[in-house]
Amino acid sequence: MATSTATTVIKPTVEYTSTTRRFVMGGIFLALAAVIWLFFVRTTDPGAITTFGLNPGGSTQFEYPDWVFNSVNMLNILAGLAALAGGYQVARGFGKRTNLVLSLVAGAFIFGFLTWAAADQSLNLAGLLRSTLQRAVPITLGALSGILCERAGVVNIAIEGMMLTAAMVSALVGSLTNLWGGLIAGILAGGLLALIHAILSIKYKTDQIVSGTVINIFSIGITSFISAKFLQKYEELNSSGTFPQFEIPLLSKIPFIGPIAFDHNIFMYGMFLFLIVLHFGLFFTRWGLRLRSVGEHPKAADTLGINVFRTRYMAVILGGMMAGFGGAYFTLGSVGRFDEVMTAGRGFIGLAAMIFGNWRPFGAFGAGLLFGFADMLASKLAILGVQIPSEFLLMAPYIATMIVLAGVVGRSQAPAADGKPYEKE
Amino acid sequence: MAERPKPKASKETQPDRSAVKIFLDEVAKAPLIVPVLAILSGLILGGLIVALTTEEVYAVWRTSPLDAIRVGWDAAMSAYSALFNGAIGNPARIAEAFRGGDALEIRRAINPFFESLNKSVPYIFAGLAVALGFRAGLFNIGAEGQLFMGAVGAVWVGFALTGVPAIIHIPLALLAGALGGALWGFVPGLLKAKTGGHEVINTIMMNYIAFRLTEYLLRGPLQRPDSFNPVSPFIQDSAKLPRFFEDPIRFHLGFFIALAVAYGVYWLLFKTRWGFDLRTVGANPNAARYAGMNIVVVTIAAMSLSGALAGLAGANEVLGLNHNLAVAFSSGFGFDSIALALIGRSHPLGVVLAALLFGTLRNGAIQMQVSAGIPIDIISVMQAMILAFIAAPAIIRTIYRLRVPTGVADEIRVRGWGG
Repeated sequence: MATSTATTVIKPTVEYTSTTRRFVMGGIFLALAAVIWLFFVRTTDPGAITTFGLNPGGSTQFEYPDWVFNSVNMLNILAGLAALAGGYQVARGFGKRTNLVLSLVAGAFIFGFLTWAAADQSLNLAGLLRSTLQRAVPITLGALSGILCERAGVVNIAIEGMMLTAAMVSALVGSLTNLWGGLIAGILAGGLLALIHAILSIKYKTDQIVSGTVINIFSIGITSFISAKFLQKYEELNSSGTFPQFEIPLLSKIPFIGPIAFDHNIFMYGMFLFLIVLHFGLFFTRWGLRLRSVGEHPKAADTLGINVFRTRYMAVILGGMMAGFGGAYFTLGSVGRFDEVMTAGRGFIGLAAMIFGNWRPFGAFGAGLLFGFADMLASKLAILGVQIPSEFLLMAPYIATMIVLAGVVGRSQAPAADGKPYEKE
Repeated sequence: MAERPKPKASKETQPDRSAVKIFLDEVAKAPLIVPVLAILSGLILGGLIVALTTEEVYAVWRTSPLDAIRVGWDAAMSAYSALFNGAIGNPARIAEAFRGGDALEIRRAINPFFESLNKSVPYIFAGLAVALGFRAGLFNIGAEGQLFMGAVGAVWVGFALTGVPAIIHIPLALLAGALGGALWGFVPGLLKAKTGGHEVINTIMMNYIAFRLTEYLLRGPLQRPDSFNPVSPFIQDSAKLPRFFEDPIRFHLGFFIALAVAYGVYWLLFKTRWGFDLRTVGANPNAARYAGMNIVVVTIAAMSLSGALAGLAGANEVLGLNHNLAVAFSSGFGFDSIALALIGRSHPLGVVLAALLFGTLRNGAIQMQVSAGIPIDIISVMQAMILAFIAAPAIIRTIYRLRVPTGVADEIRVRGWGG
């Protein structure tokens, strides 16, 4: 081990230039192009017109005119672009920009899908994006919680439980005091559960997945218990209300994007803030370097004088507080009351988003947007009259995560010491 | 480790050790002591939570703290006595019924006991599923999804197949359940063996895929024709697992199938070469590879078999009790089964005992909710605490001042994300 200290810090880089990967990727681009042609173009009337609304509703400072265009022409353009990208990928390869091109092609495909679904109809595109962003909030916060823990080498599958408990606590305390009191209590509840996770997995060296399971079972039990015993009986204990929306002064004036992204409550802005702070903190500060070194090679970090245990405790507790903030979103940021198991697996989707985003904050945010989009679209399919069962769309994030994890499309790389208890010698 | 107290003196130098002390030392070495104390502690803490969430306690507290403790104690005791009556049956009522001699009343009085056995059936299967995975070094967190797929398979064969005798129909339906679960275990097993994708993530993902798929099936192909709700048709009479008593006792053959399967898993794990391979791969994959064992095959087979066991849990619920499938028919068997496997130390006998305990507790909790007003979810809280104590035996050892036994493997280690 001693001799490998210097080399193991360098991660095995993803083989962007591998021929197999180049062909698989190119095949995927071409397949998406083919789907647009075969399923979308052929089932659309050539004269069909797609109308996209560009005002998300709510704020009425600007009124953008609707975006109206011919559906088939747009679909042909999108398919052509995807096919071009696929052809280039097979022939030459995009090299390091493959992932960027993949996300662009995927975006074109989604846009094509919407164009097709809205053929001869009107669809509020800005409203869709706004609601996608809202649904991405808890998923992204959950993912950020996971990133904090796992970058320091502690697996956290208890994000769901932490969120659920925080949602309950913030509704309860929020009803007793005020919204801010509820928020702080929720964050503390997440931190407290994380402390238990940390003690079990760092001090007692329990298997971290078992310890996460303990917290998940405990959270489901205690929240349902208190909900059934008190919250349902005394309505006044379960009416916290929600944080009001407010516009960010300058940013909300940005055309199109402003009303979509900068007219929300504090949870949205909190997410943006934590996203930037965590990205900067992890990759550009000494704190982040230390945290990551503890997750990659704790022995080397210890040798250099970093306190592995303290760093891990700190990371896990901060991660729990992040999950607590995300959990408070469900009650204080969304519906204003607690219902049993109301997180409904969002914590696990957050875990998936973390992996999908390759343990990076902005990657996780991208995944959160994608999963939030699938979530949002599933509820809109019936309105659009699309004959795809919404359940299949809701499965998509999970299937996508499994594909990513399997390394077919891209390899996700967990921190090297993730899940391994550290034993000081 | 700080919690490892040094033995003060060896046996030879301390001949005057009292019999009690020797007994206690021997007890501390027994492999069952930690689970037993963990369960005991869980029950005590559960009672404490019941007492602390009783409103009367706080009302009395202002006038007399001592009375408040008594009120809290009473609340916990009445909860546990309701739990006992709901789980085993009310002894007074049973005695009364037997004196009266009315057959229906007797059946009603002893029904709680048999209902507890019924409740244990899915726990036995799902616990065995997770335990088998642990033995192969795999953390199957997807028992819930496999259970759903097993139920789907069983209910489909159960209602779609007509005109066959029960002796053929029941095994076929069970087989379909096992296959449904096996498929849901096979995929993460394959991904683990071939790509190294960690089975914890993949089985969690498979869980949610199973929920969505079941929802879709129950709103589409498997929906009962005359119903607007997402429920399947009832299964044919020939597919129902036979019950041993008349109503209201629902005790069915599934319990004995579960025991037989538990023995089968024991035999497979400890008496066959394949089981040895499986345990070796779980204990030390490098040694297994060096010994020429096929890790890919063992991993895939173990996950599939684990899934099949969980699938049987779902199949038994459908064929033995519900006779149809609804969206929310299972509530957390998957997570509970992890607790059971760990409490039972991944040994089939331990799993059966733990499953009987939790089936009994869960069943009794229904009565507790009705008559003592304690929400059933307290069982989950207790289960989580018991699991924490089992998973971190050092906590229990510290509380009860037990010696650390030598040569006893305490915990089950699962490999990290990296592989």
